Amino acid sequence: MTMDKAYDVVIIGGGPAGLTAGLYATRAGLKTLLIEKGVIGGQIANAELVENYPGFPDGISGFELGQLMHQQAMRYGLETIGAEVVALEPGGKTRLVRTSDGEYVARAVIIAGGSELSKLGIPREERLTGKGVSYCATCDGPLFKDKTVAVVGGGDAAITEALVLAKLCSKIFVIHRRNQLRASRILQERAFAEPRIEFIWDTVVDEIIGDERLEALKTRNVKTGEVSTLNVSAVFIYIGFSPNTGYLKGLVPLDSAGLVITNERMETTTPGIFACGDIRHNSAKQAITAAGDGATAAMATERFVREQG
Amino acid sequence: MAKPFDVSDDKFDEEVLRANSPVLVDFWAPWCGPCQPMGAIVKELADEYGDRMKFAKLNVDGNPKIASKYGIQGIPTLLVFKDGKPMRQIIGLRPKAELKKELDQLLG
Repeated sequence: MTMDKAYDVVIIGGGPAGLTAGLYATRAGLKTLLIEKGVIGGQIANAELVENYPGFPDGISGFELGQLMHQQAMRYGLETIGAEVVALEPGGKTRLVRTSDGEYVARAVIIAGGSELSKLGIPREERLTGKGVSYCATCDGPLFKDKTVAVVGGGDAAITEALVLAKLCSKIFVIHRRNQLRASRILQERAFAEPRIEFIWDTVVDEIIGDERLEALKTRNVKTGEVSTLNVSAVFIYIGFSPNTGYLKGLVPLDSAGLVITNERMETTTPGIFACGDIRHNSAKQAITAAGDGATAAMATERFVREQG
Repeated sequence: MAKPFDVSDDKFDEEVLRANSPVLVDFWAPWCGPCQPMGAIVKELADEYGDRMKFAKLNVDGNPKIASKYGIQGIPTLLVFKDGKPMRQIIGLRPKAELKKELDQLLG
């Protein structure tokens, strides 16, 4: 192992939480590495427009917001690699982070891995991903211009993406298992006013139909039990998020949903391991609260590293 | 240093299908968030594998013919062509290490 793979802090995850932690840690003079397995910005990078991050009165694209946060942290020396963490070993004075692209030693680790969009968990979902099944309307929506598509879900992400698709597709069915939306009021009002969006209430998707590409969805009304076939060219799935904490089992306390339990300083009960952002139990799951968590975590980490000497 | 080149609907036949070495084509678009880091990885792969194969980028926005011919319905998607035929399709952003394994396997 070469010395240049040793850091004061390794941050796992490059969303608003991890990037803000990186900004604070580097400004505190800590040698800091950020590991991101996907896109800098994390979940927010997929949002076409972020309207609730203060400081951007006209809104900002989620991808650009992530890039700007990254640039700001890099100004102070944040290093970044693209890799996936496969294991974390707590150890005594240092912690070992194993990744798909080598091993890194850190005095402290900040877990900011956020969450991924949940899958429906039904047959052909995985096989037809990228063949009509999508988790990113901003990416794949334009490939279904003037087509009929479906969105599954009723939260902010589902409705935001349905509104993105309304600018491109001829018809958008929003399939939701309840009879009212969870999304914020302003998004609901926009969606109800959009003539291309039609809501299918109290309904779940049981089956994805198609061999080479998605052709239709088999849906079921949960109140009446009525089963229908809905012909669509694409389905965009936004039924919630699952935390990326598989490799943390047995290492730090997790709640029943797999989220990391911390105190208000973002400390886990395992010394030298901190967690912040959406991956944390009780997180408000907003870019701005994740950023706040990141700052708190970096400050607690700085104190831990200095006390360890 | 080999770099990925931009390929269009019109030039695809000549520059990819009739190329004398395998060609990895990165289907992308400017609106797509995950396409950006994928593009950065493809650039690095071009640098490392450029002596054994070619790397091309096809912007699906403006080149719909090829994208629809190969059934591209999600981006980023990578397609590796050998002797004019698609040999391997990789959908969605993947870590670089995983892509290197794929290429090592393909190149034998």
